[in-house]
Amino acid sequence: VERTSLLKMMEISVAEAEKRTGKNAVNMQETYTVYLIETRPVDAASEGTNPVPDSLWRRYSEFELLRNYLLVTYPFSVVPPLPEKRAEFVWHKLSADNMDPDFVERRRVGLENFLLRVASHPDLSSDKIFYSFLTEENGWKETVFETGFQAKADSRLKALNATFRVKNPDKRFAEMKHYGDELQSVISQLLRVRARAADRLYGVYKVHGNYGRVFSEWSAIEKEMGDGLQSAGHHMDAYAASVDDILEEEEHYADQLKEYLFYADALRAVCRKHELTQYELEMAAQDLTSKKQQREELATGTIRTFSLKGMTSKLFGQETPEQREAKVKMLETQIEEGEELVKERNTECEEFVKSAWVDIERFKEQKDHDLREALISYAIMQISMCKKGIQVWNNAKECFSKM
Amino acid sequence: MSAGTPRSLPSSGQKPIQDICHPLSAEECALSRSPDVLNPCSAGERDLILPNGTPVDTSSPASSSSLLNRLQLDDDLDGETRDLFVTVDDPKKHVSTMETYITYRVCTKTTRTEFDLPEYSVRRRYQDFDWLRNKLEESQPTHLIPPLPEKFVMKGVVDRFSEEFVETRRKALDKFLKRVADHPVLSFNEHFNAFLSAKDLNKRQGLALLTKMGESVKYVTGGYKLRARPVEFAAMGDYLDVFTQKLGTIDRIAQRIIKEQSEFLMELREYGPVYSSWSSFEEDLHDPLEGVSGCVSNCSSALEELTEDMSEDFLPVLREYVLYIESMKNVLKKRDQVQAEYETKLEAVVFREDKKTPVPSDVEKCQDRVECFNADLKADWDRWQNNKRQDFRQLLTGMADKNIQYYEKCLAAWESLIPLLQDKQDAKGETN
Repeated sequence: VERTSLLKMMEISVAEAEKRTGKNAVNMQETYTVYLIETRPVDAASEGTNPVPDSLWRRYSEFELLRNYLLVTYPFSVVPPLPEKRAEFVWHKLSADNMDPDFVERRRVGLENFLLRVASHPDLSSDKIFYSFLTEENGWKETVFETGFQAKADSRLKALNATFRVKNPDKRFAEMKHYGDELQSVISQLLRVRARAADRLYGVYKVHGNYGRVFSEWSAIEKEMGDGLQSAGHHMDAYAASVDDILEEEEHYADQLKEYLFYADALRAVCRKHELTQYELEMAAQDLTSKKQQREELATGTIRTFSLKGMTSKLFGQETPEQREAKVKMLETQIEEGEELVKERNTECEEFVKSAWVDIERFKEQKDHDLREALISYAIMQISMCKKGIQVWNNAKECFSKM
Repeated sequence: MSAGTPRSLPSSGQKPIQDICHPLSAEECALSRSPDVLNPCSAGERDLILPNGTPVDTSSPASSSSLLNRLQLDDDLDGETRDLFVTVDDPKKHVSTMETYITYRVCTKTTRTEFDLPEYSVRRRYQDFDWLRNKLEESQPTHLIPPLPEKFVMKGVVDRFSEEFVETRRKALDKFLKRVADHPVLSFNEHFNAFLSAKDLNKRQGLALLTKMGESVKYVTGGYKLRARPVEFAAMGDYLDVFTQKLGTIDRIAQRIIKEQSEFLMELREYGPVYSSWSSFEEDLHDPLEGVSGCVSNCSSALEELTEDMSEDFLPVLREYVLYIESMKNVLKKRDQVQAEYETKLEAVVFREDKKTPVPSDVEKCQDRVECFNADLKADWDRWQNNKRQDFRQLLTGMADKNIQYYEKCLAAWESLIPLLQDKQDAKGETN
């Protein structure tokens, strides 16, 4: 976690979650969850005085609003993702219900993680809207809308959703986009299979609990064998019960993977936005070229490009020199404007590429580090599970040997 | 000590006969004492006759039991005192125009004088084992005969010639012969001797049939009604009923576990490779992801081994015991029959007119039968309980061991992965 100036200043956490009921936009009763964001100045904590932190409540939709704002305002940044809106990749024991306390708890952790990610981002952390999200309970929504980002968002969204083709795609970005696609695909697959495997593992452990009962019943008709059987049965019960904790821990690993599943989407969004920028530049350049050509034709009288006007004027008589003069002047203005636009767009593109690439490199390093850590903790989880298994079966074996 | 002249045992290293109570001493007979005075019987003096008329094989030292129980001819013995060793191994396939079948090599090593040679090596097929078991049941109806693995297998479902099936069967056949060899009475049975030694069993079978011609093979049930099973044997019956139920439950649980594990295995086999395909488009993460993939693969193999072992070693033993219990219940029923016959005949005689005439020998013989049966059965029951305890101790510790081995393999795989996962980090730390 990068120690940005924001994080040097304050500690951020999402401490609690609560259920609320209220009237929604269509005046209907609804139940929703709110999350408590706590901020505390760093100095106070280190001094050991531990004052009451500043806090405010926010609901998930407000987090979404914040993220959408960041997406539009920092199009070249790989914006950290929010935890999933609805529970996906669930295995049967896990609830798909948004109101389920386990889901809410995992979401709380995810939201905290989101805030910390934003707070540690070199560009995003210094954003004022983000700061007021953390500190100003009332009127924050209005402040966001006042930035006018919504209009930009809408037009961008429209443009992004339209299909367009870039003539000279930037190889690096194309590769990045492809990487994003592959990452998303492979993590989805991984999460799906893992959920199925978790289901099966649950079954294996739980059925062993049946041994507990039958050993107990059997021990009732035995003399010398009875004690050994009975105690072995207890160990089988313990074994069956242990799977709940194991799978809960694994869920944490799944959440880490999910974050990068959604991060892949954020990465692709950046590439897509670059494409759009590039496309707009190409369009402007194309437009300029055609205008210049038109001017040339008018000046030399040669028709290189086909135009209906040109044809009709040829067929139905030439235009007057005055008309021609006016036309040329108009074109000159347009060409001037066009050149300005191309310059602008070129700069935009260059800056976008520069900033985006910096953030993409930062993201790459973060991803490699985080996923490696995730794999390590996954391996540690597996080791712990194996050790527990060995212990339980050794205990059972001891009981059996005393039969 | 009553007056009997038991013969000394042929083998060395066992307690001299004089130090041991006579098997049919007063205490043993107390159980089914009839009101009239009957002499305590002794094995050596009377001819014990089966209801079907054949003399009971008494060439073995005391056809009953407690004698030998106290000699403790079971697995607790060290190798020195055992004088008969049998193994079943080396399965081979035989193909003929008529049929295809498997034979097993049966090796015997013994110092017993009942055998002409100290060592034998013969080939036998399942049919032969089946023949032996039937013969033992016929000739030793008062004893508990160990079970054979199931005879019939569904042709479509199980491959009778697969390595796993043949090996499972071989183990069960080996167990069967060992149990017979360890039994103080059954091991001296002439059919068992023939099975182990005869070059051509078919001829012997034929011969045996000829000499025993005229004897009816089946027990004549006689339709006698037993009023009440004695407490002791009723307890045995109850125990067997509950035990067989519990075994059935354990079998079902084990099967369910195997099924769940197999399905888990299927998912793992899909799970591992996903890490591999992920690694193909990563740079820094390539090795860690490949490592995880390899780890999952190792765990999958370990799990496959566990499931196979449980299928091959655990389930068959459970099923064997269920068969064992079935045959034991039948022996209990036979015992009831023998007692019922005796009680019925005795009743008829008790109310006879002339109290002076001695009790017909017929009734006396019935009493003997009952007492011998009871004694044999009780002794066999004790030995069976003992063996059962050991078998299940072994079976369950075996199950625990297999699971421990599985987890140990997985643990080793994951532990060896950790340094690989951390490796680049340390290197990076240094270069930075």
